[in-house]
Amino acid sequence: MAKVADFRAARPTWCPGCGDYGVLNALTRAVVNLGLEPEEVVVVSGIGCSGKISQYFGAYGFHGLHGRTLPVATGVKLANRELTVIAAGGDGDGYGIGLSHVLHAIRRNIDITYIVMDNHIYGLTTGQLAPTSDKGMKTKTSPYGSVEEPVRPLELALAQGCSFVAQAFSGEINHMAEVFEKAIRHKGFSLVNVFSPCVTFNKVNTYDYFKERLVNLDEDPNYDRHDRHAAIKKVLETGGLVIGVVYEAEKPTFEDQLPGFPEEGLATRPLALNEADFAELEKQFV
Amino acid sequence: MARRRNPRARTHPGGGPCRLAFSIAVSSINLCPPCWYTGLRKGVKVVAKELRHAAAGAPRTLAGEFNWKVGGQQGEGIDSTGEIFSQTLNRLGYYVYQYRHFMSLIKGGHTNYKVRAADHLIRHHGDELQVLVAFDQKTIDHNLHELVRDGVILYDDAFRARVPEGREVRLYGVPLTRIARELGNPIMKNMVAVGVTAAVVGLPVEAFRSTIEARFGDKGARVVELNMEALRRGFEYGAEHIGQVATLPQLPEVRRHLFISGNEAVAYGALAAGCRFLAAYPITPATEIMYWLIKNFPRYGGVVIQAEDEIAAVNMAIGANYAGVRAMTSTSGPGLSLMQEAIGLAGMSETPLVVVDVMRGGPSTGLPTKTEQSDLNELLYGTHGEIPRIVLAPATVEDCFYLTAEAFNLAERYQCPVYVVTDMSLGMSRTSIDGLDYSRVRIDRGSLMTQEELDRLEKGAYKRYLVTESGVSPRAIPGMRNGRFVALSNEHDEAGLEEIEDTSTREIQMKKRMRKLDDLDLSEYVDYYGDEPAENLDLLVVGWGSTIGRIQEAIEMLAADGYRVGHLHLRALYPLPKAKVRQYLAAAPRVLVVENNYTGQLGGYLRREVGFHEKLEGCHKYNGDPFLASEIYSRAREVLMNG
Repeated sequence: MAKVADFRAARPTWCPGCGDYGVLNALTRAVVNLGLEPEEVVVVSGIGCSGKISQYFGAYGFHGLHGRTLPVATGVKLANRELTVIAAGGDGDGYGIGLSHVLHAIRRNIDITYIVMDNHIYGLTTGQLAPTSDKGMKTKTSPYGSVEEPVRPLELALAQGCSFVAQAFSGEINHMAEVFEKAIRHKGFSLVNVFSPCVTFNKVNTYDYFKERLVNLDEDPNYDRHDRHAAIKKVLETGGLVIGVVYEAEKPTFEDQLPGFPEEGLATRPLALNEADFAELEKQFV
Repeated sequence: MARRRNPRARTHPGGGPCRLAFSIAVSSINLCPPCWYTGLRKGVKVVAKELRHAAAGAPRTLAGEFNWKVGGQQGEGIDSTGEIFSQTLNRLGYYVYQYRHFMSLIKGGHTNYKVRAADHLIRHHGDELQVLVAFDQKTIDHNLHELVRDGVILYDDAFRARVPEGREVRLYGVPLTRIARELGNPIMKNMVAVGVTAAVVGLPVEAFRSTIEARFGDKGARVVELNMEALRRGFEYGAEHIGQVATLPQLPEVRRHLFISGNEAVAYGALAAGCRFLAAYPITPATEIMYWLIKNFPRYGGVVIQAEDEIAAVNMAIGANYAGVRAMTSTSGPGLSLMQEAIGLAGMSETPLVVVDVMRGGPSTGLPTKTEQSDLNELLYGTHGEIPRIVLAPATVEDCFYLTAEAFNLAERYQCPVYVVTDMSLGMSRTSIDGLDYSRVRIDRGSLMTQEELDRLEKGAYKRYLVTESGVSPRAIPGMRNGRFVALSNEHDEAGLEEIEDTSTREIQMKKRMRKLDDLDLSEYVDYYGDEPAENLDLLVVGWGSTIGRIQEAIEMLAADGYRVGHLHLRALYPLPKAKVRQYLAAAPRVLVVENNYTGQLGGYLRREVGFHEKLEGCHKYNGDPFLASEIYSRAREVLMNG
């Protein structure tokens, strides 16, 4: 069985204190706890500080284009459904340039876990406005304060009917690892939004900021994570400042509903057609 | 002054050089009536075909073929009328080429469906028309110029047909709508029209039964009989009031043809090559590739995913290829533009990728339902930065099958994007072909690591971007033990680390990627057609893709005038087989590059890559319609006379 050390790869170059270290650690613990081997996991990552996670995580990786993690991950999962596919990127990647892919991945309910490292800022390009930056936030591209409202990922995902919606915080790595485990185990599309503070360019949404405000739903015995209405209400009441599994539902996956789609990975099947196949196919052309 | 190899052919009836060139609307083609006339001299031999006298102003008719068209508003079932007639002719054993003219709307406007049937293989929808079935006046107005003198117009007598005075046609009003109403459904006028056509060309009603059954069989026997009845009523009317006024060619000896479009052949070729994944966004004229694979994949365990946009589509195909399945995306111009960033990703990450581009009129949304060959520059130069790429351009439906199948081999052998570029006229036109040779389909997955090889390596020692002499690095596939790597959009070293500081790593990896194509010789996809060596020619015509049949027919007309014209056709555009192309261009006295675009993209490419600026002339058409043979003929004559 694989150990934490088996998932180590290149040494991270994130800033000391970056929330993304927490995500890397929690993800490693989650896959080890789930008994996964490095060759069974693919991490598809986007562009930004967070996108470097595929370099630092010792499984198969794909470090693609800005905003396009989910399409690549979709291709990987359909090519080989036996793989555990994790898409990971930042809030700019997922809620800015790539937002439409998030909604469509939710629609399909393909069995992918999507981790968004949400720091409310553009870090790698040194501090510009992000789609999750709060209204009024001053950044290099909003020096007088942002006049735009932030994207609300939990509300969006719940409204679209996402079958697994969760949130985690880099200040609570044990909890985050638990959330990741649940998300990976969930059959269908799971979104985990992670508050992952940028210690260099965001002096507002800091570890302390989140610590003071976050409510852990997993610790609330009265919270019913299977009730979508209650979930939406809770998210609206708290302004989205919750952690834990917000909503979970059983739904058939995209791949389970495809006609003729095999149980084993497409990539493992023979390619060539035989004479009988050609004879049958040709009948369409008379 | 250019050489006059054949002064006889350059003489006009009135003598002197041709100065009467005038332009057809929205086309860059010049037509010259006196030249036409010269081209129509009697008694000139055409290889294997008899030249028939034709009227001035109308293209001459080659014996051995028949041309028919039905037109009306969109939503009137024009397509089914054309499909039933063309499919029946194919089943009877004729070589058929069909061409659909349609607009980007659902109801109204004008649409027509041309069917050309011949006793020989044809690659072109034909310049002219013997029979026109008109559901409205617009159909007559739009298509009359194609009709031969004394051609037949069968019109629905629900409207009063008008033909310009002096135009010699045979006009027959037929109560299409009335008969259909009597049968209880006005839409049945299509089948009535097919029945009238049958009578007019001398085909029995029963000849259509198998087509009707194949088309309507799953709707029940009653629907089949209702359609047969409509056909019969039309036939009876035609037989009684019109009679056989047109003739089909002789049936060819070999009568078993596949009737297949370029889009279908691309999809079929992909399936045959082991492709089991298509991600695409619906777009005219490429969507039929999706349809065909949606229908046929389930039996073979493949998947078609309709992506939310073309950016997603191409990234999905890249992800699937990375994970080891043969995957492609198919699109047209607007989608191709959206895909450009990801084309670079496939190049940089060295992920195999097949992209089918069925070109339509550009730029922007352009002419969504019309044909053009204007994406070439984008295919050759698109995406920022520099990557290895391969561009294949099928010229025929058979090519669509074979070259698409081969594209998957090339993509895996060279681990780079491979374009298969066709256009609307090739993609959406069904053509009768003699068959496909499946033994030509072979599957070569290129350089892949085996599990045994990976097990022999030290833990973590596998290098995805290993620097090799060929530039190709053996690929591991996710799921394989000890094959871990990260496919990268960023520049990287051979182990796949992206945070590189030194400039030499960049240079090493760049050279590695770019040299992959050094040994790729695609000269087998450059074909020369001609009885004479290039140095004996009056003119060399160069084309690419779907224009092949049109060029060949134009050359037959030029040959009939006594010109020696050769034809070089490119089915691979990148890497350009320069030596072979140069050899023909160097020998030919003049070169005419035929292409469906404004700027002459292939001409420009040849000038840059091969040279011979002074020899290269262009024949360009960009009004949305495919070339007619006569247009290429006229432009070639102009070059021959003035060149």
